[in-house]
Amino acid sequence: MTVTVDWYLILAAVLFVIGAAGLLTRRNAIVMFMSIELMLNAVNLTFVSVGRELQTLTGQFAVFFVLVVAAAEVVVGLAIIVSIFRARATASVDELSEMRG
Amino acid sequence: MTELILFFIFGSLAIVGGLTVVAAKNPVHSAMGLMLTLFSLAVFYVVQAAHFVAAVQIIVYAGAVMTLFIFVIMLIGVDKEENLTETIRFQRPLVAIVGLSVVVVGVFVSVGGRFTWVTGTAGAGPEVNGTVEAIGDELFTTWLLPFEATSLLLIIASVGALALAHYRPRRRERSEEEAP
Repeated sequence: MTVTVDWYLILAAVLFVIGAAGLLTRRNAIVMFMSIELMLNAVNLTFVSVGRELQTLTGQFAVFFVLVVAAAEVVVGLAIIVSIFRARATASVDELSEMRG
Repeated sequence: MTELILFFIFGSLAIVGGLTVVAAKNPVHSAMGLMLTLFSLAVFYVVQAAHFVAAVQIIVYAGAVMTLFIFVIMLIGVDKEENLTETIRFQRPLVAIVGLSVVVVGVFVSVGGRFTWVTGTAGAGPEVNGTVEAIGDELFTTWLLPFEATSLLLIIASVGALALAHYRPRRRERSEEEAP
């Protein structure tokens, strides 16, 4: 029994679904952020596995750029969370409803 | 055989870490679960000969990003209970219906349908080896423009984070309160 690309793709799908469920069910902004990171990492695993299956390095470049964008996103997002916390003393997304239409 | 053993060990560790992220009450435990998942994925990258990506995963994600997360958790505090009141009517039944239908569609597609996992033409190389040399060779020729664009993005992000951290709204009420 050898590990084929399907196994990695199924694992990545499971991780992605776990992350999506966390994003949809949690109300703590930081935990939601971590769920987004989980989803990004699941997609990265997909990129690497498919790139290996197709014998190309392009998947690894996609992972590289996803990593850079995720790092930038985390920096800005956490700065926003901290400044919201300073103004409102909460990190729960349900209580941030000033912009509702 | 080695790959099989590694897949089962670190695949289950990755799923346990992911479930911890979602289910843990304490955000610090969520961060630890995420770190477990990130390390397990780095092991998979090494197994799949993506050495550079694995190193970057450990350095950037487990090193920098998770440190940032832990810092912000410490800054904000972890003792807040989550408010679980529904803001939309019939939220829970609707979620149950949508989630169940997504699962049914997923199982139907992956088990019942004729489904190939990967399509496309294979590249020229006999075996992909993501060493620093191979990655750097292609990164600074084919992918030079996206690479420079990411440097611009990083500068914008750091300046934006500085601006957000530095900005303080002027509070007239407070200065009036403090006045005798």
